Amino acid sequence: MRAALSNPYFLYMLGAFGLLAIGFWMVLSSRNLIKIILGLNIAESGVNLFLVVLGYIKGKTAPIFTSAKIGANSMVDPLPQALVLTSIVIGVSVTALALALIIKVYEKNKTLDIAEIKNLRG
Amino acid sequence: MRKTLYGILLLLFFWYMMKFVNYLPKSPVLQGKGVSNYYLQNDKKDTAAANVVTAIVVNYRGFDTLGEVTVLFLAMTGLLAVLMGLKTERGKLTEASLILRAGTRLIIALIFAYGIYIFVHGHLTPGGGFPGGAVIATGIFLLYASFKDYSLNRTWSVILESFSGMGFVIVGFLGLLKGKSFLYNFLPKGTMGHLLSAGVIPVIYILIAFKVASELGALVSQMMEGEKE
Amino acid sequence: MNLMNVVIFTSVFIMLAAAICAVIFKDLMASLIATMMVSLIVSVLFVFLQAPDVAMTEAAVGAGLTTAIFVIAIRKTSAKGGEEER
Repeated sequence: MRAALSNPYFLYMLGAFGLLAIGFWMVLSSRNLIKIILGLNIAESGVNLFLVVLGYIKGKTAPIFTSAKIGANSMVDPLPQALVLTSIVIGVSVTALALALIIKVYEKNKTLDIAEIKNLRG
Repeated sequence: MRKTLYGILLLLFFWYMMKFVNYLPKSPVLQGKGVSNYYLQNDKKDTAAANVVTAIVVNYRGFDTLGEVTVLFLAMTGLLAVLMGLKTERGKLTEASLILRAGTRLIIALIFAYGIYIFVHGHLTPGGGFPGGAVIATGIFLLYASFKDYSLNRTWSVILESFSGMGFVIVGFLGLLKGKSFLYNFLPKGTMGHLLSAGVIPVIYILIAFKVASELGALVSQMMEGEKE
Repeated sequence: MNLMNVVIFTSVFIMLAAAICAVIFKDLMASLIATMMVSLIVSVLFVFLQAPDVAMTEAAVGAGLTTAIFVIAIRKTSAKGGEEER
């Protein structure tokens, strides 16, 4: 247990999987539509953290040539960081579109409780 | 009752995932093999960009960035179509307090200058087009929140967004004409670390930043005040 | 158990506590502020993981613009609206 806790990979993975589980819990057990979208946001932060941890190597530095002394052999993996950059922007656009749909649903039904919203057409 | 049942199920899921943490694969850069090792070693020669992540996003994997810009455009189009007849009572709101108005007048030029600095130096320092555009859109939101009768010029926003998107594809086709492939780096490369270096990378990032800033600004404007009659 | 591991453990613990608070709170604005705090601590963890590009994008987009859009949506879908004052 002590060896596991002093390994930084383990701590980061604890955070990433914990956020994923808590985000899913929030999506499954909320009655308000806006809280479901908040849970989706938390789960997406967890997934992005997990992807960046996969590319981390202990003891190496950020992938930018800031001075002449940093060689290409002492950098962390830059490929997961490029993928996570795309993922964050797509996450915000999905959230914005979901909130626009929620505003329209509220204008028709005057409530945000998912037990009360029953009709799918009109 | 249902909430605790879901909580127990997800606790089991979390415990099960944590058992396999030690078996996850390490990055192949440790052994000197793999695609990302090729990007690290050959970035100085192919594109003289100091920021390797920018070189991957714009040059080596530029087609994925084109797909991401398309997804952003589709989401904003859908949002503007859904919120077309939005009713809003912006005229009845009272004026913001004195601290907010005076503070905004002091700091708004610094926010816009910081956003422009982030995306112009995208190939030298961390950042790039996406956070630069987001900072400018947050500045526009601050203007909406402080002044009661501020409104964004929607004509200019639409023109800037369309021409930036078209400019990105035109730069790709120019690379196809002058080189071997779509989005080929055809401008001269220069020395690493200077502002005018890395070929076509700063041009593409400036176009992406204009597109993201005008799109997110139009999003904030539509949600705050609806359309002009 | 050097200093860096203690800092990382504290940050992860605060982040998980904020996420649990976001589930438990009943008020929508309080839940939104807890989500913004999760996004902010994730951005700090990205700096510890030697990824400054991702940290800047997450801070500007996740903890800035997403919270602003949620605030507008919450105001538009509450019963009182915003007719008297901000």
